[in-house]
Amino acid sequence: MAVFEAKPALPPPVLTRGPVGWARQNLLSSPLNVGLTLVGVVLIVALVVPAVDWALLNATFRGTTADACTGTGACWPFVTTRLDFFVYGFYPPPERWRVNVLFALLALVIVPQLLPRFPGRRALAVFGFLGLPVLAAVLLLGGIAGLPFVETGKWGGLMLTLVLAMVGILAALPVGVVLALGRRSKMVVVRVSCTTFIEFWRGVPLISVLFMASVMLPLFLPEGVNFDKLLRALIGIIMFQSAYMAEVVRGGLQAIPRGQFEAAHALGLGYWRTMGLIILPQALKLVIPGIVNTFIALFKDTTLVLIIGLLDVLGSVQAAIVDPAWNRVAVEGYVFAGLCYWVFCFGMSRYSHALERKLQTGHKR
Amino acid sequence: MVSAPATPTPTPSEDTDASPRLGSRRLQDVVIAIEAMNKWYGAFHVLRDISLQVHRGERIVLCGPSGSGKSTLIRCINRLEEHQSGRIVVDGVELTNDVRHVEQIRREVGMVFQHFNLFPHLTVLENCVLAPIWVRKEPRRVAEERAMRLLERVKIPEQASKYPGQLSGGQQQRVAIARSLCMQPKIMLFDEPTSALDPEMIKEVLDTMISLAEEGMTMVCVTHEMGFAKTVADRVIFMDQGQIVEENDPHTFFTNPVNDRTRLFLSQILHH
Repeated sequence: MAVFEAKPALPPPVLTRGPVGWARQNLLSSPLNVGLTLVGVVLIVALVVPAVDWALLNATFRGTTADACTGTGACWPFVTTRLDFFVYGFYPPPERWRVNVLFALLALVIVPQLLPRFPGRRALAVFGFLGLPVLAAVLLLGGIAGLPFVETGKWGGLMLTLVLAMVGILAALPVGVVLALGRRSKMVVVRVSCTTFIEFWRGVPLISVLFMASVMLPLFLPEGVNFDKLLRALIGIIMFQSAYMAEVVRGGLQAIPRGQFEAAHALGLGYWRTMGLIILPQALKLVIPGIVNTFIALFKDTTLVLIIGLLDVLGSVQAAIVDPAWNRVAVEGYVFAGLCYWVFCFGMSRYSHALERKLQTGHKR
Repeated sequence: MVSAPATPTPTPSEDTDASPRLGSRRLQDVVIAIEAMNKWYGAFHVLRDISLQVHRGERIVLCGPSGSGKSTLIRCINRLEEHQSGRIVVDGVELTNDVRHVEQIRREVGMVFQHFNLFPHLTVLENCVLAPIWVRKEPRRVAEERAMRLLERVKIPEQASKYPGQLSGGQQQRVAIARSLCMQPKIMLFDEPTSALDPEMIKEVLDTMISLAEEGMTMVCVTHEMGFAKTVADRVIFMDQGQIVEENDPHTFFTNPVNDRTRLFLSQILHH
């Protein structure tokens, strides 16, 4: 009688697994791919190597004046000596701790949102939406509770960029949702006024909105009435971005099948509960990519306040570049400003991806 | 206004012969009264002079060819569609443009849809407790206890924490039935509840509906399941071109239809 003996398991061929297998499959699978891989390698070498040389290997990191930069690479002292100016603008140095406190609070609210199981995450998010803006205004403006008043004209740098972006983001989403609901309302007056509002603000460039807010508006206001330039810019940004946000949200609302409205109505839910509990949670989830896209655009559009004389990160870098004591340092400043924007925008992008994955609940009807 | 206990009044189940029972009912037993109701979609006259009375505990099956207006008719009962003339009185409340009347009626009338219409962003349990908590203002604990009892009744308590997208069609439809029952409605409307299901899942949904009927729920069902109509219905109503063509107890309806149009329809759906 034959006895069955299992053959021993053999290790898989080396060339199909691990890094070698991956490279064979993805980089070298056909003559065309081999060619593309070679071109890619050449490009990387041609671009990245000089960039690293310039930014790190041949760069000067220490020193306080332009004379310290003797190498052929980047002159980072230009950025490091002016870092305070790039971050705080003209905010008076003895009061800069207030900005730091705000940065810390911001981190306290945002970081837990990235950790799924952080206790009290939701409470912090609610605080971030409702409490933080008020607290930030008190902290930055001062004038009460023993804090000296700091006029907004002295705000600048990264801090100003963050103030503009955060206020814009926090206000544009709710206003946009209300506008989107209004545009789909059955009530003619509500619908027409929302549509008019959206189409007006979408039809004009942001730069002209800011220009109007800063230059034209004071001409129409009565003598002596004058409100803050930053506030005017903020209102302009909010109006403009909420119109865009409204259209993004409306796209989501239109994607929700009629059956969802009918089921909610059949259960006795009224308009606001149907919207708040059933329709908006689904619609907003669908358009997370569009919402974050608008947020990122908003973040970068804050640079346009340059035109009305507010110095955000980019503005303060540009102001510093004209300093005759430092020549040929423009690139370093722009690289720094670019990095600042990239860090925040990339962060938002990653967060939106994580949020989409978290909210995925199986197939959609 | 008729005040009734929250649970449906039990009807004697041995009472299977429909006509004498209907005759012995008193007038206030009418829970849905439709009088000379008309509806147009634009210029299209979709419901023509509909009059219908449904009594408490009665099971009505509406059938007819597609486009005959049967779905539109039951959607008028909870105002998912608006009628333009005539009267609809549900549980003593007339359907008018008054939002309070509409919401009052919707609280008492449950509806099950062809495409389930579960809320995909909420779990099965959350789907069930949403309306009791937000509309009836029940404490979450009470609502969840009842929801679990009803999910057991439709035989899927183990799916309570799943999302609708993870369930089969038949399971989803049973959740939809449980979700409606969680509001403790006096009347249940079924709009082709088995039409979107795979054949092997139709039975589990029909079994749930039959057990509901046996408990005395007032039901108005639009369905093509003639077996269900034969076993469960007190009355079968045949509609064509927006009108009620024929209305009879199931035995007479299936064995001896009066109207030619009904005969044609029955021969089309029963012989193939």
